[in-house]
Amino acid sequence: MTEDVERIRTSEDLDRAAVRGRATLYPDRPKVIVGMATCGQAAGAREVLEAAQEEAEKSGHTIQVSQTGCIGWCCQEPLLDVWLPGTGRITYGRIKPGRARQILRALPDDLKLEWALAWMPGDDNTLTGAWTKYTANGAGKLSGIPVYRDVPMFKHQLRIVARNCGLIDPSNLDEYIARGGYQALYQALREMQPEQVVEEVIRSSLRGRGGAGFPTGKKWELLRRQSAGTKNIICNGDEGDPGAYMDRTELESDPHSVLEGMMIGGYAMGAAEGFIYVREEYPLAVQRMHEAIAQAEARGLLGKNLFDSGFDFHIRVVKGAGAFVCGEETALIRSIEGRVGEPQQRPPYPVQQGLWGQPTVINNVETWANIPVILMRGGDWYASIGTPTSKGTKTFCLVGAVQNTGLIEVPMGITLREIVYEIGGGIPGDRKCKAIQTGGPSGGCVPADKFDLPVDYESLSAVGSIMGSGGMIVMDEQSCMVDIAKFFLGFLEDESCGKCFTCRVGTQRLKQIVARISEGKGREEDLQLLDDLSWLVKESSLCGLGQTAPNPVLSTLRYFRDEYIAHIVEHRCPAKVCRELITFTIDPVTCNGCGACVQVCSGKAILGEKNKLHTIEQARCTKCGACLESCKFDAVLVN
Amino acid sequence: MASMVTEQAEKILGQFEDARASLIPILQEIQATYYYLPEEMLRQVARKLRIPVTDVYQVASFYRSFSLKPRGKHLVQVCLGTACHVRGAQRIMDRVEIEAGASAGGTSADREFTVAPVRCVGCCALAPVVRVDRDTYAHMEQGKVRGTLNRYRPRGATKRQVVHDD
Repeated sequence: MTEDVERIRTSEDLDRAAVRGRATLYPDRPKVIVGMATCGQAAGAREVLEAAQEEAEKSGHTIQVSQTGCIGWCCQEPLLDVWLPGTGRITYGRIKPGRARQILRALPDDLKLEWALAWMPGDDNTLTGAWTKYTANGAGKLSGIPVYRDVPMFKHQLRIVARNCGLIDPSNLDEYIARGGYQALYQALREMQPEQVVEEVIRSSLRGRGGAGFPTGKKWELLRRQSAGTKNIICNGDEGDPGAYMDRTELESDPHSVLEGMMIGGYAMGAAEGFIYVREEYPLAVQRMHEAIAQAEARGLLGKNLFDSGFDFHIRVVKGAGAFVCGEETALIRSIEGRVGEPQQRPPYPVQQGLWGQPTVINNVETWANIPVILMRGGDWYASIGTPTSKGTKTFCLVGAVQNTGLIEVPMGITLREIVYEIGGGIPGDRKCKAIQTGGPSGGCVPADKFDLPVDYESLSAVGSIMGSGGMIVMDEQSCMVDIAKFFLGFLEDESCGKCFTCRVGTQRLKQIVARISEGKGREEDLQLLDDLSWLVKESSLCGLGQTAPNPVLSTLRYFRDEYIAHIVEHRCPAKVCRELITFTIDPVTCNGCGACVQVCSGKAILGEKNKLHTIEQARCTKCGACLESCKFDAVLVN
Repeated sequence: MASMVTEQAEKILGQFEDARASLIPILQEIQATYYYLPEEMLRQVARKLRIPVTDVYQVASFYRSFSLKPRGKHLVQVCLGTACHVRGAQRIMDRVEIEAGASAGGTSADREFTVAPVRCVGCCALAPVVRVDRDTYAHMEQGKVRGTLNRYRPRGATKRQVVHDD
């Protein structure tokens, strides 16, 4: 296939590109699509893709093989989809290369429906608002397989930001255009004045999706009104919160949605250049953005005189170098400038003096990806979704102790209960849910009895957590809240840039105190000390990192004080996590002497010959838990 | 030896503008080529960008992805993000340290492995996760650590493909 470099200047050019995109998106021959985002690849998607390509070659290319990003059904990776013209798109989960081959060989007569998870009878496009049915007769053939909107994981979702994720080939610009891409840019450049674009964003009531929730339209208006200097816009893709990968998914699965959002923003605010700052831990996201920019440039969608409107715009990718604090806007700016990522005093705000001292607006990846939809559907439409103070949708990464883990996008105002029990399918096994951790290290743990809380900026901060960027880690009885607090403090101690004394030393001291509690050496007065020190760090740190660093301690102290007390007074870890307070033993009744634990024991502490009862020599036991992991008969006990 | 380093450094430096904003991309390129930042190169970077060598050192020591000491042939990153943590990442880390023969942040005596904790690679649904060079391993278990690392050891390490949970 030759690279088509036809330049796109007019609405007709967009239509032609869309026709080409539809030809690969919905071809008139069967197509097999493999989810090749980072999580898919980690689960083995590359081998599945290679197997599919080999089979397609053998078939004489009667089957097209393609790749896509991530639809968010992470617990079912690797995912493989089959597109059958006249029928629809069918999704298969946990596919191994062997099964992929069998599926391809059986096409098009046998669909191997026994392995199918769900199917799509049509194209639901939130960007255009159109619902296009793929077929009239697919349902008969596929009866018994649920359609996507009946699958619990997808039922409550509304996909605005993730509109293309897992559907299009992220390296194919035409497929992006086929689903309505770059229409919003065309509309902005050709039919709207910059102030009208800003007005639409203000009407949408969109708030910054990086976590702080500042009104995006207001920020844009401030930059638009700046008359002096060369204005810059930045996309913050330094997604450092552990347990969150929404931005990675978006950049890897639908890079053009972010570019288009930035171009519209550049036009609205009068900026000439945009920067996308992506953390280096996301190599595929960095690569996808480079590719997407090169394609957009080759097609005339980036560069000079876009859509013959006289508007010039350039975008550059900047790769982070591994510093969590660079997610803070002033630190991120310093990092692009080639300096140490230390946050700066505000004011002056970046919108007054940002990158190279010039007026700058920074928005998060998800914020930018919302923009094309807001322009196409209108600010009022967007504002009709959500709660009075938090409009639109939010993407979350639902991970930890839930059945269905993955990336979801839901309307604001949905309850945590719906997220955990309906979308997430509840807790595995018969264990009890304890809490959900939101907002990363700056957030907190919301206890299970508060799960009827609607998800919006205000409700989450009222219970001591934050919306944050969107990580949601579900915790059950097997998670110790003292250990979780220790974990986050360890993270923040490492990541504090060191500029403010109270953050640098405060996080160290907090961690020392929590660590000694977890070792059973805590004192009752430690709880008051933690509380006092937490407020001190909060109130005397310069940037968001320090100001929110004590949140994990404060929220666990507030809701799980009994666990702290159990560690301090009874020297007991109720969740059986804290190493110093647990012992491993072998149950003489269930142990059959298989020897599996002996093989894996890191301290050579397990005694006993094969087929005879094993015992653990406590003095040598490192409490690594490998025996527990390896025992297939549940004979290892933790007390 | 020094002149060889200089020559290669010139080649790397030649790809970038003489601007302060090039500093981090230049260091990233040197890190990718040598797996660490040799001192002589940092001096050369300072000369090219006409900035004090202390500025270069400050940036090189601030960011986690730079190493001032030589790294092993393979970088073993154990994800210690929240989702991995609640699924026992610390125990995986302990096991990796034993099997690789290097403590977190250190390099094994045979220079095969450098072990580094990483704060989330964004594969939280597949926790716990270990990344060796550019290969990501999902649903890690202590019992799989040795086999995984063996794939990268000199003998039998030719086939570098990703293996997964089954």
